[in-house]
Amino acid sequence: MATNIAEPSAAGAAPESAHLQLEDRIWLLRAMLLMRGLEERAMTLYRQGKVPGSFYDGYGQEAVSAGAAFAMGPQDRLCILHRDLAAHLIRGVTPARILAQYMGRATGITQGRDGNVHFGDWRLGCVGMVSMLPDMMLVATGMAMAFKLRGERRCALTWFGDGSTSRGDFHEAMNWAGVQKLPVIFVLENNQYAYSTPLDKQFAVDPVERAAAYGFVGVTVDGNDAEAMFEATRAARERALEGGGPTLIEAVTMRMHGHAAHDDMKYVPKEQVEEWRKRDPIDRQEGRLRELGVDVEALRAEIKAEIDDATEEALASPMPDPATAADGVFCSGEAEPLLDGQAPWSGFATATDGASS
Amino acid sequence: MSTLTYLQAISSALRDELRADERVLVMGEDIGVFGGAFKVTDGFVDEFGTDRVMDTPLAESGIIGTAIGAAVVGMRPVCEMQFSDFISCGFDQLVNVAGKMHYRQGLAVPITVRLPSGGGFSGGPFHSQNPEAWFMHSPGIKVVAPSTAEDAKGLLHTAIHDPNPVCFMEHKHLYRRIKGEVPEGVFETPLTARVARSGSDLVVIAYGAMVHTALEATEDIDGASVEVLDLRSLVPLDEDAILDSVERCSKVVIVDEANSMCAAGAQVAALIAERGFESLDGPVVRVATPDVPIPFSPPLEQAVLPSVERVKEACRELLAY
Repeated sequence: MATNIAEPSAAGAAPESAHLQLEDRIWLLRAMLLMRGLEERAMTLYRQGKVPGSFYDGYGQEAVSAGAAFAMGPQDRLCILHRDLAAHLIRGVTPARILAQYMGRATGITQGRDGNVHFGDWRLGCVGMVSMLPDMMLVATGMAMAFKLRGERRCALTWFGDGSTSRGDFHEAMNWAGVQKLPVIFVLENNQYAYSTPLDKQFAVDPVERAAAYGFVGVTVDGNDAEAMFEATRAARERALEGGGPTLIEAVTMRMHGHAAHDDMKYVPKEQVEEWRKRDPIDRQEGRLRELGVDVEALRAEIKAEIDDATEEALASPMPDPATAADGVFCSGEAEPLLDGQAPWSGFATATDGASS
Repeated sequence: MSTLTYLQAISSALRDELRADERVLVMGEDIGVFGGAFKVTDGFVDEFGTDRVMDTPLAESGIIGTAIGAAVVGMRPVCEMQFSDFISCGFDQLVNVAGKMHYRQGLAVPITVRLPSGGGFSGGPFHSQNPEAWFMHSPGIKVVAPSTAEDAKGLLHTAIHDPNPVCFMEHKHLYRRIKGEVPEGVFETPLTARVARSGSDLVVIAYGAMVHTALEATEDIDGASVEVLDLRSLVPLDEDAILDSVERCSKVVIVDEANSMCAAGAQVAALIAERGFESLDGPVVRVATPDVPIPFSPPLEQAVLPSVERVKEACRELLAY
């Protein structure tokens, strides 16, 4: 069972991707640091009463979204889950808009219409999640279906959690993608708990093993290693673009905080949290880069300054006008499809269309 | 112009759209090689191939969910629910993903969901429902319900061209029973009500199959001048046309084939109570299916569905008020 990884890998010892240049490896660290810093800042704003509702973060899971999103090309499409902030950052959403989103401001990605990480910037090729999980597995499958019908070399990717594997849409999407052999990547973010429910109450068989039953590849990856996540996703994307069909990537990780800000997580044994703390994904990537002579402290300082600026900008941005509450329920113009997003991996810089490495 | 059945008109609209717009694909259970449970897409595979006339897995959430995904990357999917009842299995995708997408994220979801609905032929509790009100109550989804062959084609074109999710309620009992002159080619029917017969003593407001029940019931009620207003579109609801008829006729009977509670007709009654009260010369009268599952056995089914006789009786009583 992939759900019990007995030996935490030491920093720097995990297999590295031969497809990453130094600048890429810094980018991965940068995305994770920015995610963690922004979420910590948002938590502070929440405690100050500036973030309405509750607050959800992905502390300790940064490598899952950073590594996977980094392998996606500009023309690929992403359906992003709530603990995957790094994916938005990699696609090009600015920190100020994210903080404004958390605070329900008019300049947030949903302009105050939805909260938290329930957003996706369609101009960057992303669709935001809904709370009914894992609905976006089918949406991503449908995107991939369109790509295949049109003969395009592109793929779709979505994240979902261990709890999601119990729902019908997981089955419908896995089956549909397998039957039609679609270019879609399913990233199962196994963070040990669905709210308070542990894995042994969620499934009897490790879900990665189900992939074979649907006729495609399932791989288990150390979800706390951004480079391993990148490499698994890059390989899955190659397979998808070459007509090899879907891949289920099970990213094994740990939800280090409660389900949301109000959750004290008393149902999680302290030893489990401590064990996983040794495998922090940011520590691991920093260790690698320090060995390569990268000035990690300078990067941290740069990111902190960026977050400070973003906070200032977000706090200065207006709340939405109540008179607009009923606007935009329907589209009244042309239906515009998703546009391309940022794709910083150096492997795309050399490809002419961004569609292959 | 050619004379088409209601079903042929729907087929004609789909065929014309597939010919005119390469972004259009039709998808559903058994619609490809078999041509659909009601043969709406009979022969389509030969002309358009199995990619654009897609036999899907038996998965209604999958049909709606993948259609949403295809739509947001530029396709114009038209989904067929084999029976409208089965949309309950795709409800979440339609209501929570498609319906709220534009409001939340500014992203349009141009999908059409064809929902063969209605009873009258012993379909029983799972093949006879009229679920339109579920979607009227869900922001972000348009709902249309044609009663004539011409509107079946025109409204389907309108639905497919619309940048929003549209539920197209097609009444199974009209498929082969109703015929009419239908213009050739692509044309759009506006999302407004239609006066099916003008009158001045009483108006019967209905949509879908109940328009025909209303017309038959009011053909001759002791010489009274009875208007029949065919709503055609439930979201958006043509409030002006409803209030205009009420103002001219002063007496209103509203007919739903759907279960009575919170039905489309209940919304129409509420509208009239709020904004047409001064025009009324009698209580707003509703005729609808009582709040029971649609039973299988003919005498039971006929006991619950609004009949010509029930509508006639309701009109007669109101005219005498």
